[in-house]
Amino acid sequence: MIEVQGLTKRYGEKLAVSELSFTVRPGIVTGFLGPNGSGKSTTMRMIVGLDQPSEGSVLINGQRYRDFRAPLCEVGALLEARSVHTGRSAYNHLLALAQTHGIPRRRVSDVIELAGLAGVARKRAGGFSLGMGQRLGIAAALLGDPGTLILDEPVNGLDPEGIRWIRTLLQDLAAQGRTVLVSSHLMSEMALTAEHLVVIGQGRLIADMSVADFVAGASENVVHVRSPRAPELRDLLLSADVTIRADGVDVLEVSGLPSARIGDVAAAAGIPLHELTPRQASLEEAFMALTHDAVEYHGGSASTLPHQPGDGAAQAVGGAHLETHGAGARS
Amino acid sequence: MTTLTGVGPGRGELTAKAGYGVTQRRVLLSEWTKLRSLRSTLFSLLAAIVFVVALGILISWAQASHWDQASQIDRLTFDPTNTSLSGVFLAQLAIGVLGVLMFSGEYGTGMIRATITAVPHRLPVLWAKSIVFAVVTFVLMTVSSFVAFFGGQAMLSSKHIETTLGHSGVLTAVVGGGLYLTVVALLGVALGALVRSTAGGIAILFGVLLILPLIVNFLPSSWYDNIDPYLPSSAGQAVFAVVRDSSSMAPWTGFALFCGYAAVLLAAAAVVLRRRDA
Repeated sequence: MIEVQGLTKRYGEKLAVSELSFTVRPGIVTGFLGPNGSGKSTTMRMIVGLDQPSEGSVLINGQRYRDFRAPLCEVGALLEARSVHTGRSAYNHLLALAQTHGIPRRRVSDVIELAGLAGVARKRAGGFSLGMGQRLGIAAALLGDPGTLILDEPVNGLDPEGIRWIRTLLQDLAAQGRTVLVSSHLMSEMALTAEHLVVIGQGRLIADMSVADFVAGASENVVHVRSPRAPELRDLLLSADVTIRADGVDVLEVSGLPSARIGDVAAAAGIPLHELTPRQASLEEAFMALTHDAVEYHGGSASTLPHQPGDGAAQAVGGAHLETHGAGARS
Repeated sequence: MTTLTGVGPGRGELTAKAGYGVTQRRVLLSEWTKLRSLRSTLFSLLAAIVFVVALGILISWAQASHWDQASQIDRLTFDPTNTSLSGVFLAQLAIGVLGVLMFSGEYGTGMIRATITAVPHRLPVLWAKSIVFAVVTFVLMTVSSFVAFFGGQAMLSSKHIETTLGHSGVLTAVVGGGLYLTVVALLGVALGALVRSTAGGIAILFGVLLILPLIVNFLPSSWYDNIDPYLPSSAGQAVFAVVRDSSSMAPWTGFALFCGYAAVLLAAAAVVLRRRDA
């Protein structure tokens, strides 16, 4: 369990992290999301005591990181960039870390095996590919068999096989009852790995909710409708909480109505439909919409999700749309 | 996942109870592993050994071969011990650079993050690096110093101008060669922790040890006499000189002052290491 309370980090005038509070629970993978420069790494550095918070505190299982007698056995951390001396072999790097805690050599060999580094353990870490470097960082994080794991962008530089390995590993670690916090700027990756999300933008908390709620709340379903009598159908569908974009002569993008209802309206009016496709906004789009707002409103208390569908997301994706909002008179 | 033995969030506490945990002795062992597992460290130490031994013998040979042409003053102020230890002046480059790299190398590569995450109290790392590198330097450089001394005296014996360990101050000077380099090592470690950059640390270290004496040399002589003996280099080098001019400090007094400079820098490094974000 990681409890972040009122965490603030100031670099001179600039606020990197601002009054951030959230809790990371054991047993699930928690995704820590935000655009680049949003304060994810700074927050993680403060969790393991590399940086001193300007205000606020972080407790891991009720204790400050610095107060642990065996920190590597409590928290395993993979931090941004490499944290390895380029001239030292992977084995000696891990051995030197293990020795600070009296962790036996056997465990060093175990984590090398686990991280798939057996073939290169005696080679200089400076010659490692980005992916190998990440694996070494993960081996180091697992060295003390810790109950809490903090990984900053662990899939960076990994090949597809490596990414799948990380995903499975993290889920297994969480399933064993460990606390797992993983940062990423890739929503799609989090959708596959994480169960819970903490989203920050400009150092402030934007969302703290389950992945399922995040997708459901952040994106209203859009229905793609194709009909030769599209303008007619649009007039029939318009109402206060329905948004319709006309895309081309015969295509409508309808949000705010389920596809069944659209089909029924069309059938009742005798309008033929050539296509009726419900489309759920992706996690990526939801994320874009959310962080876009955070930037737009300068991170003001945006802890609730935007209710205007497709505000940022669809437009970011789309080309030239003609947007029509319902007048509210018709129903 | 069979290789992972832990289950449950309380696992960390269990392992801690099993006896794992940070102690100063364990951090010492870790730093010893770090030191011996870098090829660059081994090469630099080897270079320092070669500098002390080879240069000491070479310069002693040169002095012996030109003894017949030497002036009366040169003959009177000739210091056979110091001559055979002249390689120490070159070796301080290798030792000093290595000392700076103990920390700056970790800051430069990002290793410091792993180190400090493992030892969040940080100060045990400073003490461990200092002790490990000081002991390694002292052992290797004192042995090299003795080898250079005996080799050098063998060269000088052709003109019968050699000395022996039994003469007053000679044993102190030979051990002093190793001691001087040990303190240079500590100055390097402290500076590396203070400035974090290899280039900056090396510039400051050798600016003080090599350049500062040159600049003081340009001062009026009454000033020079009052300042020069207290410079780190002059104070430290007093310990391996047998023949001294009147203004320089006594061997152990000078060396004590030199140690004092190192102690102040280490204390500053401790404060900075503890306070600053890694």
